[in-house]
Amino acid sequence: MDLITSWMGNIPEFAVPFALAALGLIITEKSGVLALGAEGLMLVGAVIGVGAALTFDNTAVALAIAMIAASIVSLLFALMVLVMRINQVISGLVLVFFCQGLTTLTGTLMGWTNQPVSGLGSIALWPLSELPYVGRFFIQNIVVYLVPLVFVFSVWALNRTTHGLRLRAVGENPQAADAAGISVLGYRLAAIVIGAALIGLAGAFIAVLSNKLWISNMTAGRGWIAVALVIFARWSPWKALAGALLFGCIEALIPQLAASGIKLPQYFVFMAPYAITLGVMVWVAVSKRDISSQPGALGAPFIREERT
Amino acid sequence: MSKQNAIQLSGVSKTFDGFKALSDADFTAKWGEVHALLGENGAGKSSLMNIVAGLYGPEGGSLFIDDNPVKLKGPKEAAKMGIGMVHQHFKLVMPFTVAENILLNLGHIQTAGLYRERLRRVSDDIRAMAKRIGFEIDPDTRVDQLSIAEQQRVEILKVLLAGAKVLILDEPTAVLTEEEAERLLTTVQGFAREGAAVILVTHKMNDVLRYADQVTIMRAGRTVKSLKPDSVSVDELIRLTVGESAPDQSATPGEREPGAPYLQVKGLTSTGPLRALNNLNLTLNQGEIYGLAGVGGNGQSELANALMGIPEPVEGQMEIVGEGDLADFDAARRRAIGIASIPADRYGAALAGPLSIADNYALGDIHSGRYGPFWYLKTRAIEADAAEAVRQFDVQGVRSLKQKAALLSGGNAQKLVIAREFKHPPRLVLAHSPSRGLDVKATEAVRDRLRAARDDGAAVLLISEDLDEVMAMADRIGVMSAGRIVAEFSQPADRQAIGQAMVNHV
Repeated sequence: MDLITSWMGNIPEFAVPFALAALGLIITEKSGVLALGAEGLMLVGAVIGVGAALTFDNTAVALAIAMIAASIVSLLFALMVLVMRINQVISGLVLVFFCQGLTTLTGTLMGWTNQPVSGLGSIALWPLSELPYVGRFFIQNIVVYLVPLVFVFSVWALNRTTHGLRLRAVGENPQAADAAGISVLGYRLAAIVIGAALIGLAGAFIAVLSNKLWISNMTAGRGWIAVALVIFARWSPWKALAGALLFGCIEALIPQLAASGIKLPQYFVFMAPYAITLGVMVWVAVSKRDISSQPGALGAPFIREERT
Repeated sequence: MSKQNAIQLSGVSKTFDGFKALSDADFTAKWGEVHALLGENGAGKSSLMNIVAGLYGPEGGSLFIDDNPVKLKGPKEAAKMGIGMVHQHFKLVMPFTVAENILLNLGHIQTAGLYRERLRRVSDDIRAMAKRIGFEIDPDTRVDQLSIAEQQRVEILKVLLAGAKVLILDEPTAVLTEEEAERLLTTVQGFAREGAAVILVTHKMNDVLRYADQVTIMRAGRTVKSLKPDSVSVDELIRLTVGESAPDQSATPGEREPGAPYLQVKGLTSTGPLRALNNLNLTLNQGEIYGLAGVGGNGQSELANALMGIPEPVEGQMEIVGEGDLADFDAARRRAIGIASIPADRYGAALAGPLSIADNYALGDIHSGRYGPFWYLKTRAIEADAAEAVRQFDVQGVRSLKQKAALLSGGNAQKLVIAREFKHPPRLVLAHSPSRGLDVKATEAVRDRLRAARDDGAAVLLISEDLDEVMAMADRIGVMSAGRIVAEFSQPADRQAIGQAMVNHV
């Protein structure tokens, strides 16, 4: 009884970072850019979010600054993959390692590590919040309630606007898009920067709103899980949202089980999210689901050929 | 007003990596006519039209559109001037619908209204235009579910809806069946009757004779002549297209006794829908060079693939006398028998570009154990052999044997391929366009090697779109058209007769 109630209350806290990061990744990857750097950008969002919260003592401003910071760092990734046309996998990995070092250094030098921030208060969605068992699910901070709206807006922008059409065309067949007079690199840059903002917000959510402090490497691989989630969701935002909820449920359940007195080995608890991710990926691979939903030019740098 | 010049190019040149694709070319197309641009592969037709479409910038010369001099900065500007080009390789986004693809292209024209409303308006425009010109296209179908011919119609609708008045079609019938081609060309003839200018880039004599009002002939980057197709004989057109006969007298083909049959191809037919190969029969004797001439795209690549062991859906026999069917042999067996393959795609199919010159050379012999057992590679032996081969076959531009093979120029890459394939005396040589893109000296070196192999008793199949090369090299000549061999000639052969066979069939 108590277990279910508090489990429900914790689900959004775990699900929202996955959902936001996955959405950011989908926007970037729809443009044909393979974005493996989510883990790094989340760390940037986390440390800058906490730093801004400590400095300005305003959570909304802190979240906005965190998003901008992640976007700025993503320009480095854009420089690597769009201008210098370095392999996108390697560029993504480099970005993660770079950000891990950078954020640890920044947190230590600025003295932001382990400094508590205030976060945001919870708002109860009455009458949903009065429901038995699931009521606590509807007592959350404002950002949680904004997530579905962000998804609606993103899906609309991707599928129901000319800009979305062009962005998808750039990801599917950049040569065709180029021939139609669309700036391939421009749309890819925009997709990287916008995606990075959402990923940065995911990181800031973990640090500023959930844990309410910064610890080095605190995202603990959630960026990687988001990468897996996008593949699992076949680049569909709604499926990614459902997947994020599923992962959130599982992640939120484990500490509940541990707290309820069920004897679980500690390392099994820590390992669970990654084991589940691995299991899901294996299932996706084995179940031979169609891969046609993957953007056609994902991971391929764009070079305008002089002569074919 | 009528018959004003729509497009005029004068004195246009274009160079790619030192190769002169166009030199001082002139071209004029008038409103209201179907203008064919005729020439063999590599004559410069596509390059010339890419300049009109704004994809290439010309080096010297001038371009007039509607009698006004213009300088195009890119394809977008050309589109604004009313020029639309349907490329040989379509530029469509496969998972998108027809309407989405066309909306994508109209982005800069239609910007008002909500997305769905715009998409609906584009769909209506597509239906109206499709109805007017007799296409059946559902705007809501995904492009990847359409056939090649339907995709081509989408491309045509795309440029028409973008407001094109000058329609350039680059080899439009290459991918179509005969009925589809007929339908398409009748339709574009209709555009010309309504006042548009249609430019048909083609190497098919029949398309020109039946549909063109005017034809400009290109050869080796120059525009040879512009005339009305009905004002000259077919022979004269062929002569202008393939050039004066200037057979290489240094070679002495046709004077030797052919040996026993070595390769017998019977009833080779593609299992795919396009029937690229259609009941092809061919006998190749020892000690002869058999030259396979023909206009490109008549099944040569498919035949080469099937013979060289590159996956190709075919049925029929390819028997090596005394050994069995070629299709049953793996690469090691082919080498053991003595089959040397020189594919057309040097860098893609013949060489492993990122590997070193020495490694590429050693690949052919790696199975034999000459370079060590499977756990150990005798690099010194490899490099010694490669150094010897590089010297013997005169591969130039080699700074180090460890240098990537991809860095070799075309001629030297080809020499390296031949060095490897001819390391052990071959019994069967399969060569597809072996001298394409090579300079005179390298070409001669390649040809000498083929002749030497023939003189040593090998059966040599030379597939080439260059009639001069076939005339100069072959002891017997076959003409390939529509997936089979339609005529065979013994040397000395009549160039005119071969030219006839190349273009007159079907």
